[in-house]
Amino acid sequence: MTAQVITVTSGKGGVGKTTAVANLATALAADGKKVVCIDGDIGLRNLDVVMGLENRIVYDIVDVIEGRCKLKQAMIRDKHYPEMYLIPAAQTRDKNAVSPSDMVRICNDLRPDADFVIIDSPAGIERGFRNAIAAADRVLVVTNPEVSAVRDADRVVGILEAEEKGSPALILNRLNQALVRNNDMLSAEDVLDLLGIQLIGIVPEDESVIISSNRGAPVVNDPKSRAGQAFRNIAKRIQGQDVPFMDLDLQSGLWGAIQKFAGRK
Amino acid sequence: MKFFTRKRSAVSAKERLQLVLVHDRTDLTPAQLEALKDDLLKAISQYIDIDREAVQIGLEREGRSQRLVADIPLLITSRRRAG
Ligand SMILES: Nc1ncnc2c1ncn2[C@@H]1O[C@H](COP(=O)(O)OP(=O)(O)OP(=O)(O)O)[C@@H](O)[C@H]1O
Ligand SMILES: [Mg+2]
Repeated sequence: MTAQVITVTSGKGGVGKTTAVANLATALAADGKKVVCIDGDIGLRNLDVVMGLENRIVYDIVDVIEGRCKLKQAMIRDKHYPEMYLIPAAQTRDKNAVSPSDMVRICNDLRPDADFVIIDSPAGIERGFRNAIAAADRVLVVTNPEVSAVRDADRVVGILEAEEKGSPALILNRLNQALVRNNDMLSAEDVLDLLGIQLIGIVPEDESVIISSNRGAPVVNDPKSRAGQAFRNIAKRIQGQDVPFMDLDLQSGLWGAIQKFAGRK
Repeated sequence: MKFFTRKRSAVSAKERLQLVLVHDRTDLTPAQLEALKDDLLKAISQYIDIDREAVQIGLEREGRSQRLVADIPLLITSRRRAG
């Protein structure tokens, strides 16, 4: 086994990085993959609560770096998927407690025993972001269809290209199809045209994301959630499967699909 | 009446982003771009007469790359410099 290291980043804060990491990791684990998540947001630890693992933390990533524990001891096993782990961020330290080479070393130690290592980047383009991308084989940029989020995403894409990290793939999160139809929200086509990168998934605005984060259970576990379906599809694409993009116009499942299909050409 | 024909907000968002991204990516402010255009036209005018009114110079995007595109119509003033 040699794990692929995937970093999820964004530029702007609050666009859904942590949500994406928790859901993609869970979907990959549900597909039988061995996944290690790393919370790269030192000082603003969040992935633990979104994954519902906050009560199990003993050691964190800075304890590993500073030699207070073994890497294995800082890996918290998930409640439902025994092949999924979280390495939490330190809550009472700052980003300078970790360096890019620390991240590379930790990821290299993880690679032989995992299929995927998924890193949750902090917002911004400073040290924490640099740490998060240092070991990445592949970068996913999350944005929302809003002016400031797209602008910041473009900055991050520019930096990734300058650093020769390759062209990242885009997750467009919180798309509201009713607003798009009304021409009051940038469409996926608009955002792709502006950013000029490839798309790996579109996630609708969906209140089930908030409900599931209240419970600490990622929304991919909810078979009825549209956002959950979108994240499951992205997880398949990460594994190299060619999954068609969801038709976000469909609100009512199969019946809607049939009607819509019949109405078309 | 004008109020009702206002552009839909997604159109404004896209137009504004197109401009902002070009300037972010090139690290060129709109004022610097204007100065560049002026200098360019001055330099060209030393050699050839141009139709300043019809000049179009701007930054264009193509995927992730930018280019400076100039369309500079010339005036037909034959043999102006002959004497
Ligand atoms: N598709 C969605 N639909 C509805 N709410 C969403 C969606 N995606 C994310 N959210 C909500 O948006 C908020 C921010 O999400 P999240 O914490 O994942 O962002 P982030 O990019 O990790 O933020 P930060 O930059 O602070 O780390 C959360 O409350 C989350 O529940
Ligand atoms: Mg986060």
